[in-house]
Amino acid sequence: MALDVREVPRKGGGPKAAPRPRREITTAFVVSRIAVLAVAAAILLYAVPPLVAAESWVSLALLGAVSAAIAYLYLTRRFIPAKYLVPGTVFLIAFQVFPVVYTVTTAFTNFGDGHRGDKAAAVTAIETGSVRQTPGSPEYAMTAALRGDELVFLLVDPKTKQVRLGDAKGLSPLAGAQVGTTGKVLAAPGLTVLKAPEAAARGQEISALAVPAGDGVIKANGLSRAVEGKAALVYDAGCDCVRGNGDTWMADESQGFFVNAKGEHLAQGWQVGVGLDNFARVLTNPTISGYFAGVFGWNLVFALASVLGTFALGMSVALALHHPRMRGTRFYRIALILPYAMPAFAMLLVWRDMFNRDFGLINQLLGANVDWLGETATARFGVILVNLWLGFPYMFLVTTGALQAIPRELTEAAAIDGATPWKAFRRVTLPLLLVALTPLLISSFAYNFNNFNAIALTTEGGPFPADNPQVGGTDLLITYTFRLAFGAGGAQFGFAAAVSVFIFTIVAVISAVAFRRTRKQEEVYA
Amino acid sequence: MRMRALGVAALATLAFAATACGESQPASQSASPAAPGASASAPAAKSGGTLVIWADPSRVKPLKPFADQFGTENGVTVEVKEISKDNQTTFLTASQQGSGPDIMIGAHDWIGNLVQNGAIDPVTLTDEQKAAFSAKAMQAVTFNGQVYGAPYAVENIALIRNTKLAPDAPASIEDMVAKGKELKAAGKVKEVLCIPVGQKGDAFHVYPIFASAGGALFGATSTGDPDPKQVLVGSPDSVKAFGKLKDLGEKGDGALRTSITNENYIVNFAGGKCAYLISGPWAMSEVKKGGITYDITAVPSFKGGKPATPFVGVQTFFVASKGKNKALAQEFVANYVTNKDVAKALYEADPRPPALTAALQEVQASDPDAVKFMEAGKDGLPMPAIPEMAAIWEPFGIAENAVVKGGDAAKAAAAAQKAIDGSLKH
Repeated sequence: MALDVREVPRKGGGPKAAPRPRREITTAFVVSRIAVLAVAAAILLYAVPPLVAAESWVSLALLGAVSAAIAYLYLTRRFIPAKYLVPGTVFLIAFQVFPVVYTVTTAFTNFGDGHRGDKAAAVTAIETGSVRQTPGSPEYAMTAALRGDELVFLLVDPKTKQVRLGDAKGLSPLAGAQVGTTGKVLAAPGLTVLKAPEAAARGQEISALAVPAGDGVIKANGLSRAVEGKAALVYDAGCDCVRGNGDTWMADESQGFFVNAKGEHLAQGWQVGVGLDNFARVLTNPTISGYFAGVFGWNLVFALASVLGTFALGMSVALALHHPRMRGTRFYRIALILPYAMPAFAMLLVWRDMFNRDFGLINQLLGANVDWLGETATARFGVILVNLWLGFPYMFLVTTGALQAIPRELTEAAAIDGATPWKAFRRVTLPLLLVALTPLLISSFAYNFNNFNAIALTTEGGPFPADNPQVGGTDLLITYTFRLAFGAGGAQFGFAAAVSVFIFTIVAVISAVAFRRTRKQEEVYA
Repeated sequence: MRMRALGVAALATLAFAATACGESQPASQSASPAAPGASASAPAAKSGGTLVIWADPSRVKPLKPFADQFGTENGVTVEVKEISKDNQTTFLTASQQGSGPDIMIGAHDWIGNLVQNGAIDPVTLTDEQKAAFSAKAMQAVTFNGQVYGAPYAVENIALIRNTKLAPDAPASIEDMVAKGKELKAAGKVKEVLCIPVGQKGDAFHVYPIFASAGGALFGATSTGDPDPKQVLVGSPDSVKAFGKLKDLGEKGDGALRTSITNENYIVNFAGGKCAYLISGPWAMSEVKKGGITYDITAVPSFKGGKPATPFVGVQTFFVASKGKNKALAQEFVANYVTNKDVAKALYEADPRPPALTAALQEVQASDPDAVKFMEAGKDGLPMPAIPEMAAIWEPFGIAENAVVKGGDAAKAAAAAQKAIDGSLKH
């Protein structure tokens, strides 16, 4: 850690202000400085080649500027506070601000399956996807060769064994070539025949070379065969449309598709901005808006029950272990932490299997025949129970910590004043605990409000009523919208992003209100 | 001036790092044209070409020797990378960013989605090559009249029977259920039939029964492909089929039960808790471990019903359209893995019935199971590869679950149809 040994600057500061005293330089200071610079340099070195390859000059300039700024910042002696703030700020931008901005901007696009790339990529995909082999044309045995520096194809018709030379201009007969048994040309006058590795190294050139023939082109199919084919669909930049198969598909920039007169579109589309469409869809789609209230209500119950349940249980256990007469606390603590230490992912799956009606542990232990995850009420009870089990050790830990900070004298004084233990807890311990723990409870609420895993891995949102396969009994907003955005009709990232914005807003509002109330509470107890 | 010294040191470190990184590239480049001839013994990056193949974990190991062999023959480096989760999505995202592979291995039903995202290129096979594959496999990898990959393994579900408990192959679903109930009543088994249903249904496994009862997913276009404009999940025939599933369900025969899930259905059969299992080749290692005697036959149909056609899935090599080395990828997919010896060796490393007829014939002698599975799937329906199929799975499964629990078939079918129509509009 750097030690700043400067004195308090003197007021006034005459023309001959004393030179700034030298700061003491510790090893940790040097190491941390080198570390920051090294990380910055590493990111720079790592990111530049791909950015150059992708020709994204703006990002490159930004990266260069940020790196230069960081280097300057850490190589001078000024800007002391900034030296501490910058790493955190950079990470904040990279991992918090950027994802939020990216999500919000995605919400205004139709990014998703069928609309992943740009228009040029869609056009390429449409054209290459429509290339058909010319009927009756031969499958040539192909050998790549060089005429000087120019790549040419030596094409052998398998039936006639006739060798022809193909270049960008067309086909021409080739005399004097020596053909091997497999149809490969071994040598040809005036040409350098490429061996397999040499041809492989020129793979991109080979894929790109198109030899005009008839009304189509001969293109390589791998490194040893070539076929004559023709694209059935061709893009025409003049009309911004795709023609072929006796039809015309006009580019529709509002949908990101090529659409014909009948309103049908080609499969390959591209990403376009759709304005507020995704948000409007969330609000107007009857399967979303119609069930919103029900899902939202259960979502609140689930989050509240999870937070309050885990807190109550965790705190009770912590209080019990905090009692001075308690013995073997270390053993209990280890045992209690276990659920928290297990990977929740695996534990949720184990719980799901334990709830199985015929093969599950719970029914076998109870001798019952309850379809736990098959009925809405029991499934809801089940997921809350599982979440309670997974969550209470955390609350136990933080309460234990907070309890250490409350002096025992306070409760002892309350006892001397004649308060019952319950009253002492209610009036002294609990308020002091809540002052420390409320922010954690609020963040726990926000976490559980979007606890995707707890639902997706146990009930998958089910059970579903016979008349509605889209909204299950235990669906949270997040699992429900995940199903809408990714379950059917392929991935719809734009739509999912719009829904995320809504959920973010809901959680933010609830948290803001809760924090405000906490502040008031703190004022009361302070 | 210690600070300045520090700055110099930091700059020196930076410069060193930069040169160290910079030097390695020219070094490898200058070596590249050096020895193309020596590549047979050293297929490393010397000639500059690298072929990247992505596969799921179970296929990486079997593929490795062939990839190396191909690399040696062509003087290129071949990398086989393992992708273990969400392979299709991972491939799509990576392709988009330009960090995808040259070749992807996956199920043929991805084709529709991969094509609409411009992620794969058609593969040109000669007529001879096409004829070497089973017709079903070729049909599966053909989409919009184009062949989009080289098939290499065909898999479908069948009825696996514990021959000690049920010596005879059932002639119909009714026979199978009757025998299962009889065994259950006698206390010999715990379940009538081991088929996964779970809390969200399982469209893939129940499809043969559904199809035998007359149900259908899509109508057909004029070319015989499934037509996404005609979703038939809510059609009167499908409602009847859902009704049959209800009869087999918990309030009826008890052959379909929501407590039997994808996690426990194979284990239960292997443990002798049921006499019949509806599953695919992937169940066989577990079944063999259970040490029971078994036989594999086609899933039976209802008495007087339609054939119980299972879905047929075809494992396929795709050429990525955004790959960096497409010529090599085409060479590998069109001219190398279509080779009989490669197909056979792949089978030996990962026993799934080969798509290449000649390879299958050679395998028959040593692996009767593969042939029986193939036989059971000979009337199967190649899984629809249209992207719209994604909209079917979940609503269909949930409708299945609802009727298995005793819900109203008409209501469940109508709700599924509505949900599917709704998501297809977007």
